[in-house]
Amino acid sequence: MRFAILVFPGTWSDWDCVYALEDQGQTAERVWHRESDLSEFDGVILPGGFSYGDHLRCGAIARFSPVMSALERFAATGKPIFGSCNGFQILCEAGLLPGVLLRNETLQFRCQPQELTVERSDTGFTNVCDDGQIVQLPISHGEGQYFAEPPVLDELEDAGRVLFRYAGENPNGSLRGIAGIMNPMGNVLGMMPHPERASDELLGGTDGNYIWQSIIERWG
Amino acid sequence: MTTYPPPADAPPAHIDDEVLAQIALSRDEYQLACEMLGRPPSDVELGMIGALWSEHCGYKHSRPLFHHFPTEDERILTTLGEENAGAISIGDGWVAVMKIESHNHPSAIEPYEGAATGVGGIVRDIFAMGAQPIALLDSLRFGPLEDRRNRRLCTGVVAGIGGYGNCLGIPTVGGELVIGESYSGNPLVNAMCLGIARQGGLISATAGPPGTLLMIVGADTGRDGLHGATFASVELDESSAERRPAVQVGNPFLEKSLMDACVGLVWDHRDWLEGLQDCGAAGITSSTVEMAERASSGIKIQTANVPRRESGMTPYEVMLSESQERMIAAVKPAHIGDVQAWFEHWDLHAEVIGEVTDDGIARIFDGDQEVAAAPVSLMTNPPAYTPFAERDPDAVARAEWDPASLADLPPSEANDALLQLLASPNIASKHWVYRQYDHMVGTNTVVTPGSDAAVLRIRGLKQGLAVCTDGPGRAVELDPYTGAARAVAEAARNVACSGARPVAVTDCLNFANPERAPIYFQLSESIRGMSDACRAFQTPVVSGNASLYNESEDGPVTPTPVVGMLGIISDVRQAVRMAFQDEGDEVWLLGGSLEQEPATLGGSEYLAVRYSKAAGPIRINLDTEAALIEVLVEASEAGLLKSAHDCSDGGLAVTLAESAIAGNIGVEIHEAIVGRLDAALFGEAGGRAVVSFGAEQAATVAELAKKHGLSAARIGAVGGDRLTTGQIDLPLADAADAWTSALPSLLDG
Repeated sequence: MRFAILVFPGTWSDWDCVYALEDQGQTAERVWHRESDLSEFDGVILPGGFSYGDHLRCGAIARFSPVMSALERFAATGKPIFGSCNGFQILCEAGLLPGVLLRNETLQFRCQPQELTVERSDTGFTNVCDDGQIVQLPISHGEGQYFAEPPVLDELEDAGRVLFRYAGENPNGSLRGIAGIMNPMGNVLGMMPHPERASDELLGGTDGNYIWQSIIERWG
Repeated sequence: MTTYPPPADAPPAHIDDEVLAQIALSRDEYQLACEMLGRPPSDVELGMIGALWSEHCGYKHSRPLFHHFPTEDERILTTLGEENAGAISIGDGWVAVMKIESHNHPSAIEPYEGAATGVGGIVRDIFAMGAQPIALLDSLRFGPLEDRRNRRLCTGVVAGIGGYGNCLGIPTVGGELVIGESYSGNPLVNAMCLGIARQGGLISATAGPPGTLLMIVGADTGRDGLHGATFASVELDESSAERRPAVQVGNPFLEKSLMDACVGLVWDHRDWLEGLQDCGAAGITSSTVEMAERASSGIKIQTANVPRRESGMTPYEVMLSESQERMIAAVKPAHIGDVQAWFEHWDLHAEVIGEVTDDGIARIFDGDQEVAAAPVSLMTNPPAYTPFAERDPDAVARAEWDPASLADLPPSEANDALLQLLASPNIASKHWVYRQYDHMVGTNTVVTPGSDAAVLRIRGLKQGLAVCTDGPGRAVELDPYTGAARAVAEAARNVACSGARPVAVTDCLNFANPERAPIYFQLSESIRGMSDACRAFQTPVVSGNASLYNESEDGPVTPTPVVGMLGIISDVRQAVRMAFQDEGDEVWLLGGSLEQEPATLGGSEYLAVRYSKAAGPIRINLDTEAALIEVLVEASEAGLLKSAHDCSDGGLAVTLAESAIAGNIGVEIHEAIVGRLDAALFGEAGGRAVVSFGAEQAATVAELAKKHGLSAARIGAVGGDRLTTGQIDLPLADAADAWTSALPSLLDG
């Protein structure tokens, strides 16, 4: 597959995502936020970072970048979009996913390995996993507390759109332990953890590859 | 005597004590400047001379000592002090670039921004060379955390480092946190940055030939940080809080864009540039004047062209502002448009503010008014001082105190003593700190914080880099020469424990007022001690920084030379960690015996924690240290070791406990301890490390140690869920709890 890795000013997991996908034998190209056409790509990744320095609110300025209207069109085609960390925040700000990410309950940044429960294994992003499987992916954020109104949370859960929950300690106070959610069409996933940081044995874990492999399995 | 013509449009500056105090220039230094100029300086000239002659920029008291440092070998590509950072060849066409720098004074006043801008400054030093920053480390000292004021400084500094560093996408992979009385009100905040570049891909901080244009890029210039270099060169007192305007405010987002743009520019279009330099202390003044000095040229700066964020700024303020996130590029005239377009891509504005001239004079203009015309060489050659040095009699008395005069630790108290040490903030887990730092971004951190050294891979290379910092202040206070040598030895041991061969040092010299004899003694002896140790390990000093005048109302800080060590590991996949691994593995002590003399308790954490005492002799054996490093490196390269952890603060018992806690598996020491129990368990004899490996490797390790004349003995085995040394016997979980909960309970309370 050919992936676009979106790069906003302040994005920093772009190269990490490029390498993780290349290690899976895929093509990955960094695409600057001023581009306005994504139609040639098979998948889009919104990496972590501090787009526009999180000024105003994380992801709030990035959503106005030229590439975002192309992203909305891309989403409508049913091809996969995956946002991690700041990418998740941007997807929420842009309305491609519901809810918002607030400052961690501790008011401190947290960087640590984190266990997650895979809630569903019959999706385009988790199909190589088992239901209820525990995976370990690092988190690294200061604003990862998932928040949405109770009816929205109910709807997400009823529709099986919560794909990942924090297992054990909830590191940021996310409501209902939500770590990653999917859109109704099943082609947009946003999550706070960083699968690209768990894609290499040398760095102590490869659970992140489940996500890349699932995407490739479903859309490749 | 030459008389330099005065600037056309500026009268001599009005001089009184207040004016001189503001720029921290003495009457004598003012007179010297007048003599060198052949006339009194103008306002702007005086401000520029004051900034460049400050201790912070001019190294007036430390420079005459730097000749002690070994600075060369076949790997080293830069000359100490000539560039923004030191460069070391790491093989296969790659270069590592590193430097450590202090931001102590700003952090004392405004901990978050002080620490944040310290990170920003050191990162700019690295990318000013065209290198990609790949890791940050922070060496921190605070007063006791029971004091609310110190807690505020500690939590603020940690948040500031995270707030800035996390936003840049550079992992913060290591450092230290040490607590000591003397740091109350005068914390030490040293930030180190490591970068990489292609060999031949670095750029110098030079102005280039006459006709080259100087461009400023990045942040607009404001009044923030005015006189910051001066502020860093005086003691702190009750009025220091009023200096808050001298502390700058950081914008890490801007720095990230600036870094990406500059690294990319040097990588892709080095031929457009003559040189690149960051605006650090003393802002546009120091950056442009130092660039001109390297090119043996003059410069002409038009302050009216400098983009401002405030109106009504005088040329004096523009020249001395320390607004952050600014760079000066020396650009070939044909490529001005190219460079501007390059930066526009990142929404950064580059503006021509001056040009290189051939008359050796720094001329500053405000529109058509010439307000300064002083020779570059005058400003870059401040007077150097070698004050009288004399050892503090109190330190002498304390160093001569014999720990044997203490009663030995009763065996019944061994468990308590260990738990007490594990809960000391100097030994306890620093997880509370580093979980607030992104230490994984870049996906190169092979060994994450918490082990002896951090290990980084470089994608595509077999070899990796190991880095750490060390600065045993208490030992330096008791014996500056030996204590500073110990700083180097501990750092070298730490990288060697990860399997890396130590190759180069960057140092940050944190001392009090050097104009006083005991302090200058500490400074000069420390430099000698470090130098001799660096020679013993063949680790030249490639870069560094001196931060003097670290004093508060309560007195001087403990002398704290901090050593940043770089090591190269020949195969990064063989990096060794401190954690014990498998049941039944043998535990060996390298470099010394179980039995230790009471003298090894000198300056120890044991004495500090149990007796509130900083006393006793400090010793070092550089031959043993060097042999230990060799054995650790060769054993790692041969793939023999499952764990390695050096014996330092808290001695052997703490080393064993930390390896066991990290591996979540117990350890039992079979060898009986004879002689002094306190010294055997908690003595801090250097040159030792605890390693573990499968029994089948024992003969090879023993042989390797013998080859290098290093003592090596099996002392126990990994296994179970207890820590057992005979006298110590407690559940591993209890030790782990003491070690992990100490900092959170102090800082989250």
